[in-house]
Amino acid sequence: MTVTVQKTETVTIKSSSDVVIVRQRVRVWTTEMKFSLVEQTKIVTAASELGRNTLEHGGGGSVELALLVNGVRRGLRLRFSDQGPGIPDVALALKDGYSTGSGMGLGLGGSKRLMSEFEIETNPGSGTTITAIRWK
Amino acid sequence: MERIPILRMGSYLLVTIQVDMHDRLALTLQDDLTNRICELNAKGVLIDISSLEIVDSFIGRTLANIASMAKVLDAETVVVGMQPAVAITLVELGMSLPGIRTALNVESGMEYLRETVANHGASDDGDGTED
Repeated sequence: MTVTVQKTETVTIKSSSDVVIVRQRVRVWTTEMKFSLVEQTKIVTAASELGRNTLEHGGGGSVELALLVNGVRRGLRLRFSDQGPGIPDVALALKDGYSTGSGMGLGLGGSKRLMSEFEIETNPGSGTTITAIRWK
Repeated sequence: MERIPILRMGSYLLVTIQVDMHDRLALTLQDDLTNRICELNAKGVLIDISSLEIVDSFIGRTLANIASMAKVLDAETVVVGMQPAVAITLVELGMSLPGIRTALNVESGMEYLRETVANHGASDDGDGTED
């Protein structure tokens, strides 16, 4: 079965109020896709964590929301990209309690748990792209 | 500057978070609350988060910081009204909010504050808060 992208939207992340906008747009998408309230809350929370990462560690960037269709399954893909310094040690960054910023070090590992699929592509010096999908 | 209002009721401070807080607003609330506790010699802080649709690690940490700072300033904090979906998500995220006293609603939160403050031997000025 091939996955097709049916629609996309991009939100720029340059300030902490943009992270609020990311949360609001993801909320609208998850509502339209008829995710349950708990699922919506999980996806919006993950988006908030990843949006903050993009801002604080990546120095800003953007997120692309995409509606995925795979046969009868539908999913929401969130792809956060930045041109920041990259993540030197991905395994360490995913560990709970590891933090270089102002959070609790639950951002990456926590959002991975809240989503169905999670992938980090990072190159020291040339930025990070984090792709997270939640299937319905 | 955007601010979250802090209401005073006797020796308690009440905060209802009704907006989707960005990080700076959460930090402003933290500063404002600690200042108000000192100014008004408040003994208890009640934070109503029933309108919050998510609590992520930053907001969670801010709530925990507020509770710790209040404690150092001799005030108790209770967080009330968390939505069930928020609680489920928080635990999955890995945050169980240790050190934060919670209650299901404003009424039981106030009851907890009154009991705790009374047990500390502080005088309750009874500003309309008595049953």
